[in-house]
Amino acid sequence: MPDTAPASKGTITVVHLYPREMSIYGDLGNTRCVAVRIRRHGYTPNVVQHHPGADWPADVHLVLGGGGQDSGQARVEADLVEIADRLRGLAADGVPMMMICGTYQLFGNAFVTVEGTRLPGLGILDVTTHGNAKRMIGPTVLDTEFGTVVGYENHSGSTTLSPGQKPFGVVRHGYGNNGDDRTGGARTHNVFGHYLHGPVLPANPRFADALIGYAAERATGRPFEPEELDDRTADEARTRQVRRLVG
Amino acid sequence: MPLRNTIAVVAGKAARVGARVRGGGSALPGLVAETVDPGFLARALSEVRGGIVVVTGTNGKTTTTKMLVALLRAHGKRVFTNPTGSNFTRGVISSMLPELGRSGRLDTDMAVLELDEAHALRFAAAVAPTHALLLNVARDQLDRFAEIDHTAALLEQLAGCTTSGVVLNRDDSFVARIAATLRLGVTVRWFGVHAAIADRLPELLEQDVRFGDDFTAPPATADDGLLRPVDDRAFDVVFGDDPVGPVTLRQRGLAAMINATAATTTARLLLGGAFDPATAVTALAAVNPPFGRGETVMIDGQPLELVLVKNPAGFTVALGTYTSTPVATMIAINDNDADGRDVSWLYDVDFSSLRARGVAWTSGVRAWDMALRLEYDDVAVEQVEPDLTRALDAFVAAYHDEPKRLFCTYTAMMALRRTLAARHGLAGFGEEG
Repeated sequence: MPDTAPASKGTITVVHLYPREMSIYGDLGNTRCVAVRIRRHGYTPNVVQHHPGADWPADVHLVLGGGGQDSGQARVEADLVEIADRLRGLAADGVPMMMICGTYQLFGNAFVTVEGTRLPGLGILDVTTHGNAKRMIGPTVLDTEFGTVVGYENHSGSTTLSPGQKPFGVVRHGYGNNGDDRTGGARTHNVFGHYLHGPVLPANPRFADALIGYAAERATGRPFEPEELDDRTADEARTRQVRRLVG
Repeated sequence: MPLRNTIAVVAGKAARVGARVRGGGSALPGLVAETVDPGFLARALSEVRGGIVVVTGTNGKTTTTKMLVALLRAHGKRVFTNPTGSNFTRGVISSMLPELGRSGRLDTDMAVLELDEAHALRFAAAVAPTHALLLNVARDQLDRFAEIDHTAALLEQLAGCTTSGVVLNRDDSFVARIAATLRLGVTVRWFGVHAAIADRLPELLEQDVRFGDDFTAPPATADDGLLRPVDDRAFDVVFGDDPVGPVTLRQRGLAAMINATAATTTARLLLGGAFDPATAVTALAAVNPPFGRGETVMIDGQPLELVLVKNPAGFTVALGTYTSTPVATMIAINDNDADGRDVSWLYDVDFSSLRARGVAWTSGVRAWDMALRLEYDDVAVEQVEPDLTRALDAFVAAYHDEPKRLFCTYTAMMALRRTLAARHGLAGFGEEG
């Protein structure tokens, strides 16, 4: 690098939860996107892949989790129990997290199988998911506090928000949490859970930068100091998808 | 013969003529025959005595099927196959109709059918295959199959319906572990890579969806085919101490070589003592790349390579195969059902090998999403044009005096091929084979 390269504004540690077991639908794209954008904003990304049984890193600024198959979820449950208290503490402390699909369900109160067995979750998000014979598959559009967000959902669990639980967005196209109440995902503190694959962050840079912003503040103790990034390609891709789906 | 079957054949043939007149539509006549008579397939195949072989798995079905058919025909067998890449049950019926006499029965020695994982099982419910060749399991169109474990389960069920012999990929744990579930008396043969090139397995398989293996294939016997490359283009398929080879294919890359290994192992199982290594080498060398799998079209004296991509494993293999020679590149991504509606998979492919030369055009319904994906790998994109015809014309014009390469999803390839046929006299879809 030339010595004119500006000094890093700080190092942001991003933990990707269970990348082997829980990232079947392009979820690695979210981690890749976050790392690239952290760098483009002038910070230094430190991406930690957390595998079952590994030590939990000391100073965590952003946690990302994806979707997996049932066999993948079974492989991470013991580790999730192990790190549950730390995740709850970090969540309450304002650490940004984004959990998609399988990890969204695991971050809820419980998953109730078709047979009625109740599998407890972390309880970070006040939601409960019921197993479903029907899969909810297709492109999705949500209205959120970060603007219109596009993605692709593929889940069989039907998630219900408890009274008082804030959704991540309102469904304009697709199923969202359950296909009935037009809620999409959930937000508590800076923890976001939802069903948007796609992956969601490259397609929705405002949402990506919100997560990075919370993480940067936590990492540096200063307000987020973003650079002006050129997101015209993402905006064009997203706008076209919204126009196709909701006119 | 039963009247109902005659009606099905005649109705199907009539629909086929209708579909041909309108151009394309290879699955429609099959739908008509299947609706009229659900027992159609069983009856049509009832006189095929030499083997009913199903080829399935996520990647390489079309290429492998074509190779297997060429191997069997070179040994004098009369073989029915479904060559149009129409790998659903209905497509099989469509391609069968012109071959049927009034009896409604196929008059061939063998049938070799390329079927996708779900349709292979549907087919097996109508007709039990004598043999199955199971290639691999990878993420593909999860919006249809939902989970990889589910896809693997489909293959296991298919193997369970197979009556005589199953050929399995020893390097793919999803496929290999099926051996433990087979009925007693079903012959198992294995294909795979030779220990000499075990380090190249990641070029063929998605490791990130495989976990600690609970099944290891038994040591290869003299009936199992192992791929051992001689150089970049030539390879042997080794059975014990006996190599079949050296073989040089018209298609490039390790993926085509492993497909040839699978086809040779299967042909050897089907032909038994009649299998002749020299005949096999000649037959494989004469197989043209199927439709869109590394096919080359000459435009103004310059080659345009068409490369079909449909899932992370396939795109990764294609990039590894072709980008050793960087040329002007266009990528066309659609998201219709046949392409996979979820474009998430593009983020599980590493595009950094395209960085040096960049990508000239992205196109298709998801042209902008493809351009965005490339941005995150720091691959420069010159133009984004969702309209396939406009993009193709502009791309060919801008790079008219040099070699070109076009990576495209299935429906994008269909559309681009029609344009190429109209502009540059390429054989139309379905006419090949």
